[in-house]
Amino acid sequence: MKVLVPVKRVLDYNVKPRVKADGTGVDLANVKMSMNPFDEIAVEEAIRLKDKGVTEIVVVSIGEPKAQETLRTALAMGADRAILVNSDTKVEPLGVAKILAKIVEEEQPQLVILGKQAIDDDNNQTGQMLAGLLGWGQGTFASKVELGDGTVTVTREVDGGLETDSFPLPAIVTTDLRLNEPRYASLPNIMKAKSKPLAQKTAADYGVDVTSRLTTLKVVEPGKRQAGVKVADVDELVTKLHAMGIAK
Amino acid sequence: MKTLVWVEHDGSAVKDATLAAVTAASQLGEVHLLVAGEGVDSVAQAAAKIAGVGKVHVADDAAYAHALAENIAPLVVELMGHHDAFVAPSTTTGKNVAPRVAALLDVMQISDILSVESEDTFTRPIYAGNAIATVQSSDAKKVITVRGTAFEKAATEGGSGEIEAVASQGDTGVSRFVNAEIAQNARPELTSAKIIVSGGRALQNGENFHSIIEPLADKLGAGVGASRAAVDAGYVPNDYQVGQTGKIVAPEVYIAVGISGAIQHLAGMKDSKVIVAINKDEDAPIFQVADIGLVGDLFKVVPELTEKL
Repeated sequence: MKVLVPVKRVLDYNVKPRVKADGTGVDLANVKMSMNPFDEIAVEEAIRLKDKGVTEIVVVSIGEPKAQETLRTALAMGADRAILVNSDTKVEPLGVAKILAKIVEEEQPQLVILGKQAIDDDNNQTGQMLAGLLGWGQGTFASKVELGDGTVTVTREVDGGLETDSFPLPAIVTTDLRLNEPRYASLPNIMKAKSKPLAQKTAADYGVDVTSRLTTLKVVEPGKRQAGVKVADVDELVTKLHAMGIAK
Repeated sequence: MKTLVWVEHDGSAVKDATLAAVTAASQLGEVHLLVAGEGVDSVAQAAAKIAGVGKVHVADDAAYAHALAENIAPLVVELMGHHDAFVAPSTTTGKNVAPRVAALLDVMQISDILSVESEDTFTRPIYAGNAIATVQSSDAKKVITVRGTAFEKAATEGGSGEIEAVASQGDTGVSRFVNAEIAQNARPELTSAKIIVSGGRALQNGENFHSIIEPLADKLGAGVGASRAAVDAGYVPNDYQVGQTGKIVAPEVYIAVGISGAIQHLAGMKDSKVIVAINKDEDAPIFQVADIGLVGDLFKVVPELTEKL
């Protein structure tokens, strides 16, 4: 069976984002970009399912030409081929979900594994939207994925604990942090990935209107916290807590 | 504007996150509620008493028993025929259901809002809370999730909502609940606790977490949280995690013990009123946001603190 894994190129999670002085967004010039950490987990999960009936892994990214690097990373990890949907403008989760729905129609995967959220926009929407558009089940925030006979059983991280749900295939899964530990691509695999197929498309090829529904009016830095004080010992801390009316 | 608010409940009581969502929705206009589940009479009665609530739509059916998004979404879409906005708390259930609703309505969701600027304009955090974006929606209908810590909770008394039964849309058959393991926890729920004591990797193991963090929390009547490192190392279950990918909290006092203060962790707690940090590394980033810092070995300092409080 075929698995589709959408991946996103985002500001590296170790980089502290800087808000542009003109308030138009976050400065992404000359900063390190990487694959969204949740998407790495999605690619890893797809690879791990390879000895359980998965025969082909197709990775897809939507965005600027540089997203090719992200796709090559996924290919080096073990994906089989890649599709890049070029777009000069930022595509919102709804637009991404619509393009992915078209790709699903074309590729007919039995499973689509996405990250639960991208660490730039923090939306946590695309997987659920895609599931809605396709009318498929959605195993979101997965910490365990088990393929059964025509079903996928997903243990999900929910408030207060874990919930297990089962979905008939085809289905959508979105990954949470605890699902797995993504592998590093080895040098030979990075070399090999260069010759794996990477198809180039545009949003127009899929006939999808990706006009933004949300307009960002401004982006500002969050309010700064006042510098605090350091206390010398526990007694002083206790005095301070008592002064705030705590445990008095 | 008529808004429909998703009521999060545990089968008997309305959860606090809903109350913050009601406050956000009331800034948009008339507030209606949706109570879905199986045997939810008591929830509906409680929901009707929430201050400022108009109609309470009640969908009572086995298909809604576990709030599976696949079954809830068509129900919401049906009700959205006569509502202008769907508002859900940013809980795992809200995050699971709302985007599916948005896609079916062909609108772009506005996730995790911090404020309502006007009927179509909202603020929301991006990049793990390192930037705040003001966004304007051009969609006719709005689908919104609300950060619970950013809005006051609506009063649970004083309302007189009119309860109205809604026909079930049935089971879509594309999902099935198997089971749930909900952690039994006698301490206050993290997202509504007034005080939180959180532990990090420096605790070294789960036993230390029990013997050092929990006695302090119990002394303070506090909720217990953890950094991702402590969760990944298996000291405590996943649902203790505070941060960008865990829970977002804003208690009156947040006590971070042995937590360095990575941006992903700060994203989950930096709106706390007072932050107290206990760490042996005086250069730990947590001290840059802490109101009160104590540099010291947590294994000595925390038991002493618990003793002296």
